[in-house]
Amino acid sequence: MKLDSKIPEGPLAEKWTKHKFNLKLVNPANKRKYDVIVVGTGLAGASAAASLGELGYNVKAFCYQDSPRRAHSIAAQGGINAAKNYQNDGDSVYRLFYDTVKGGDYRAREGNVYRLAETSVSIIDQCVAQGVPFAREYGGLLANRSFGGAQVSRTFYARGQTGQQLLLGAYGALNRQIANGKVTMYTRCEMLDVVVIDGKARGIITRDMITGKVESHSAHVVVLCTGGYSNVFFLSTSAKGCNASAIWRAHKKGAFFGNPCFTQIHPTCVPVTGTHQSKLTLMSESLRNDGRVWVPKKAMPGLKSKDAANIPESERDYFLERKYPSFGNLVPRDVASRNAKQVCDEGRGVGSGLAVFLDFTDAIKRVGEDTIRAKYGNLFDMYAQITGENPYKGPMMIYPAVHYTMGGLWVDYNLMTTVPGLYALGECNFSDHGANRLGASALMQGLADGYFVIPYTIGDYLATIGWNDKVGTDHPAFKEAMDGVNVRVNKLISIKGKKTVDEFHRQLGLTMWEYCGMSRTEEGLKKAKKIIQDLRTEFWTNVNVLGSSNELNQELEKAGRVADFLELGELMVDDALNRTESCGGHFREESQTPEGEALRRDDEFAYVAAWEYKGDNQPEALNKEELKFENVKLTQRSYK
Amino acid sequence: MKITLKVWRQKNKDTKGDFKTYEHNHVSTDMSFLEMLDVLNEELTKKNEEPIAFDHDCREGICGTCSLYINGHPHGPLQTTACQLHMRSFKDGETITIEPWRARSFPVIKDLIVDRTAFERIQQAGGYVSVNTGGVPDANAIAIAKNIAEEAFDAAACIGCGACVAACKNASAMLFVSAKVSQLALLPQGQVERKTRVEKMVAQMDAEGFGSCTNTYACEAECPKGIKVTNIARMNREYFGAMLSSYQIESGGGE
Repeated sequence: MKLDSKIPEGPLAEKWTKHKFNLKLVNPANKRKYDVIVVGTGLAGASAAASLGELGYNVKAFCYQDSPRRAHSIAAQGGINAAKNYQNDGDSVYRLFYDTVKGGDYRAREGNVYRLAETSVSIIDQCVAQGVPFAREYGGLLANRSFGGAQVSRTFYARGQTGQQLLLGAYGALNRQIANGKVTMYTRCEMLDVVVIDGKARGIITRDMITGKVESHSAHVVVLCTGGYSNVFFLSTSAKGCNASAIWRAHKKGAFFGNPCFTQIHPTCVPVTGTHQSKLTLMSESLRNDGRVWVPKKAMPGLKSKDAANIPESERDYFLERKYPSFGNLVPRDVASRNAKQVCDEGRGVGSGLAVFLDFTDAIKRVGEDTIRAKYGNLFDMYAQITGENPYKGPMMIYPAVHYTMGGLWVDYNLMTTVPGLYALGECNFSDHGANRLGASALMQGLADGYFVIPYTIGDYLATIGWNDKVGTDHPAFKEAMDGVNVRVNKLISIKGKKTVDEFHRQLGLTMWEYCGMSRTEEGLKKAKKIIQDLRTEFWTNVNVLGSSNELNQELEKAGRVADFLELGELMVDDALNRTESCGGHFREESQTPEGEALRRDDEFAYVAAWEYKGDNQPEALNKEELKFENVKLTQRSYK
Repeated sequence: MKITLKVWRQKNKDTKGDFKTYEHNHVSTDMSFLEMLDVLNEELTKKNEEPIAFDHDCREGICGTCSLYINGHPHGPLQTTACQLHMRSFKDGETITIEPWRARSFPVIKDLIVDRTAFERIQQAGGYVSVNTGGVPDANAIAIAKNIAEEAFDAAACIGCGACVAACKNASAMLFVSAKVSQLALLPQGQVERKTRVEKMVAQMDAEGFGSCTNTYACEAECPKGIKVTNIARMNREYFGAMLSSYQIESGGGE
């Protein structure tokens, strides 16, 4: 199938404006004749549902949480980028665009990224109008900070809770539409299939997580805003409930999956303490501004923070400073993560063996404990709360963790997937971040998609099909899809095997982390593929899900999600096998420079890998969307 | 370490629940409280006993999903969420009692999970600024004094977990409601709807059956995000002010 990205012709800066003019409109009086389904209520979903409700469409919104306010966008700490240039420091839409394309290691579409940068300025206006309490200066105007190594201060923030405040703003807008009757909200309700009839998305199948009731919902369009799939790795910074089921079912119904192996690994997370570990907590990477990363030169298994001071300077290896003298501890996320893994693989990790020190001793000596407390107090407190150790007295221990997925459903410029009428917004699409996402860009993308892109592009499709082009839930395809969901649910309950859902999930996660994480080889990936296939077979014969399907059953919910992860995991491995270059956070050991750094291969891999489902246990077909760079020159990154 | 757990088990909202006792012998001090329950649940599953249902999601103290009443305190002995509580806060051999939030307006759904949709309806009644997407002024068009913005933020930090209700002997939701009322009453963006907002939200709060505030301050003492009772005072003032002039609003101009 030929992929049409629908990027408008013409100069970069005029594409979106021109495109908006060319999109068809739905007459205001006719909007109420259209039904829209929005799945997920994070930044993308809540902003989309609210904005579409305001326009007059009939919206049904769904979330698995007990409230839309709890979607995992709420946990984003750092901030949101916008090209406001309020600081007069040389920022512009073009600079934000350029930084994002470069930061993504040239694996994102120029047209999409430019639009993202362009709409970023409106997002801040919108959020302030909603009463989002952004940080301010004494003069009363908005404050900004530089984030993630950016050379300009373009990040807006609300203490360390920017995601929370932005989401509560969108949640308020959503609540207003619920009160107005334009949005019907379904909480504790999980989407388990999408219904496609005559090649168009016509609705979804859901399961009420309290009663277990499986139901059909039909609409003119379905908009998925269901977040990322980091939980394939079992341990990640995602919420426990985050899952890939909605996008995976959509994929199996014809939506191509773009760049599934593109995951982001964050270098500064609190390390794992044991097999009981259920999730990982991220610590802001601003810590690397003052902390020095090191491990002992010779392996010292079990070395504790309190004994670190006894290791003389001559026996320490400040490996980032040693290998990257000009950037030192401030190398990008991918480089910092990969090197931490490397020293731990050499047996030089501290604590459990899967950790490195992040040491503030020198910084405290230099500027005093009070200054460090003023800068990082809340992070130090958080660390102390989780680990029970005092980071002012000994170094912190950190280790990389998965925290975002750049891959997702392939979408065109209108955010429509390869299934007409099915859209994907926010983290669940393959998005604008290429092979590596810059800090403070996820919030920007979620809100850009929901507030400022979908309200325009959805009208074009609706006006084209017309309001009569809707299929009711009495259509046999809905019954068939419901039967499919019921069969699967009952199958999960009836296996009554010996292993728990978490045992399977943990094993999958370890496999993905080991072979499809920061550093990959053909040999390892092939091994992983086999392990995953075997695990999947075992899962369907040996998983133990207690209880019944017609009640609240958390094990059943988990089992359905893990079953999907067991399929998606294999596709991620296939994608990683295919991409024999190193790019972004993905180090392919076969593709490195003589100095051992990542080697990108633009001549072979400057494309989006869009995978097409071909049936159960069939290999997926690879479709390529070539990436054209007309404005940005491709260069190799170097931090030496 | 080893602990004894007394856990509230209840099949669904229509059946009666009771406490069940579990001996938990595989507890490490590094576990979070929820991880301790995860391990127990895996052990129960291995024994073909149905695991304990409890609400949780982000496990980093911000989503507000977890809702365990531990040894007589919402979220347990520390002023944090249950997901951020670690087993090092307990003693070897200790007996720990876990209950769901107890409030008429938060009916139990199953085991330790309660229905908090009453909070949703209160927010829907007016917890927002009525602006549509687009057509808003530039973000720097209105300057807001830093101290006012900070105070609004302090109120906006509420995570909607419901610990305040669970802590209150009257099951009052005043802290929760006042946090949103305060945030928007403090900010210039919230002024236009200032009176109608507090009226509607308080009316919905009463309709949901939450109790009155009798100033015990238990809510503030247990709030994992340190929301202050001064917000309740502000909401009372806002409410009286609105009521004294509200007939004009209701009748559209006082004719």
